Amino acid sequence: MVFLTRRATFSASHYYWNEAWTAEENERVFGRCSNRNGHGHNYTLEVTVAGEPDPVTGFVVDLKWLKDVMEREVLAAYDHRHLNLETPEFRELIPTTENIAIAAWKRLEPAVNGAGGARLSRVRVYETPEIFAEYRGGL
Amino acid sequence: MSADSEKAYFGRRYMLSASHRLHSDALTAEENRAAYGKCNNPHGHGHNYVVEVLVGGPVNPETGMVLNLADLDLVVRQRVVERFDHANLNLDPEFVNRVPTTENLCRVVFELLNDALPAGKLERVRVEETENNFFEYFGE
Repeated sequence: MVFLTRRATFSASHYYWNEAWTAEENERVFGRCSNRNGHGHNYTLEVTVAGEPDPVTGFVVDLKWLKDVMEREVLAAYDHRHLNLETPEFRELIPTTENIAIAAWKRLEPAVNGAGGARLSRVRVYETPEIFAEYRGGL
Repeated sequence: MSADSEKAYFGRRYMLSASHRLHSDALTAEENRAAYGKCNNPHGHGHNYVVEVLVGGPVNPETGMVLNLADLDLVVRQRVVERFDHANLNLDPEFVNRVPTTENLCRVVFELLNDALPAGKLERVRVEETENNFFEYFGE
């Protein structure tokens, strides 16, 4: 089994807010991230797929194909968008880095696993160079 | 789409600058030089370390978080950064009988944080000594 990882970047804005809470509670838990005017990040999306190298090409997957899948499934929806206002999964769900990693996995999984070769193994999302969340599927 | 109780991992990087000298009292001066090379220099030397903490756990449906970044920062800063930043590792009680290799630093950081996290489980501590070498400890 070989693991292959590809990175891409996207820029997006968001804020953290739980509608079930008071404004004070949101500010206490989420701090500056609760500012309803939003703020933004340059995110890095890191997608790892796992599989056996093809005996003819030596590829686990074609990197150009993986790049296209990442752009179509994730970047087209997230890049230069306001995550709370423009992406359906974050209308109810708070766009924390954890939830973005899970949501990106759900966007990528059908395309990657449906191709019949490598399996999606890990999705890691960096919000800043110092902060990341990752999701490995399942529980 | 709901992320109720799904397991995710949250990672955070912290910087600290410290000095150390790799030297074992169990070895002769010559053996120390052979084992540790430049790192055995009696006056010590320093690094800008990066400590990467990975915490796993269910995503809290109310906050969307594995744990609150500010709470994690408080624990890591109190227990690790304030203790080792701008310090000589060899003088720390943890390294009186233990060579302050980055392997050992990695284990010490893991033990200092393991029972102190505000939420989730400490999955891994990675310590980068330079851009080109790093060490990881997953606990036993």
